[in-house]
Amino acid sequence: MSVVDHNAIELAAPRISEADVGDYIALLKPRVMSLVIFTALVGLAIAPGHFHPVLAITSLLCISVGAGASGALNMALEGDIDALMSRTANRPIPRGRITPAEAMAFGMTLSFFSVLTLGILVNWYAGALLAFTIFFYVVIYTMGLKRRTAQNIVIGGAAGSLPPVVAWVAATGSISVEPLLLFLIIFFWTPPHFWALALFRSDDYARAGVPMLPVVAGPDATRLQILLYTIVLVAVAVAPWPLGYFDAIYGVTSLILGAGMLALAINVYVSRERSQSLRATRRLFAFSILYLFALFATLLLEVVVRAVAPWIGFGVG
Amino acid sequence: MDDKREQQGIVLTEAQKRSRRRRSIAIALALGVLVVLFFAVTIVKGPAVLNRPL
Repeated sequence: MSVVDHNAIELAAPRISEADVGDYIALLKPRVMSLVIFTALVGLAIAPGHFHPVLAITSLLCISVGAGASGALNMALEGDIDALMSRTANRPIPRGRITPAEAMAFGMTLSFFSVLTLGILVNWYAGALLAFTIFFYVVIYTMGLKRRTAQNIVIGGAAGSLPPVVAWVAATGSISVEPLLLFLIIFFWTPPHFWALALFRSDDYARAGVPMLPVVAGPDATRLQILLYTIVLVAVAVAPWPLGYFDAIYGVTSLILGAGMLALAINVYVSRERSQSLRATRRLFAFSILYLFALFATLLLEVVVRAVAPWIGFGVG
Repeated sequence: MDDKREQQGIVLTEAQKRSRRRRSIAIALALGVLVVLFFAVTIVKGPAVLNRPL
């Protein structure tokens, strides 16, 4: 006679994953990744000296995989609130395609390999900075700030601002003013961008209990903060031109785009009627993406023009 | 019949088999890329591959 009747213990059937490769790619937040790749590419392009293309591709790959890993870890920790928001309810974890534990293992593996590969193949300063970026996004922002303070995306924005700095450090092995200027531009761009999103998604955030500024301080206070941060952003984005770090093409583009961004932020500030306000915030949100992209694209264009000019006869003699 | 099922253990459905196969291929490709990357950088750096800061 056995002590335990084996029929009394019924083990639950093990869960067999049906997750496809596409579900794991969705965990990497491909749209965020594409912006990270682009800003990092600009960080590499403006770095002085020769950087071998193979090492440049390696750096970009590691930075983008590191960013994707942060996204996967973020989703692993936020499955509960993602399920409550319409914007995120379709992510693999709320849909039940991937478990939080699987996402965590995936994110940790990619983090480990991206940092290690960047450290071994390029340099350990860049590897360490990439590790710090992942740590900041996952531990400081996702675990620490997001559910606790309305300043979550202000401080957390530092993580999204670091990729061009990591790229510069990968290329040069040191730090300088130029990548810090890129850092500041993304840092001050983040609050108007995300608060515009939070304004027209505030019901979502309120339902999930995320203390975004419109939920905690109300839409009027958020509109004012958007305007103030946009003023600082435009000033910070134009400053590298008179300070002599970036050329006139960048300066003029930055002024024109800054004027557009400021006009839309003022429009958000004055539009208080519901449908008008919705339209104004959506416009600012959409334009803010174009603003950052165009600003960085101009820097890239300057580098390309400078490289090509001698070949086509400009700037020679 | 039940005994036979028990002996077979966990039987994957067609969908589970397909997704597992696709995931395995993706892992193999990722590892392949990693190998090519390490090889390419070793060739690019030459003997300097052993001479790194830190």
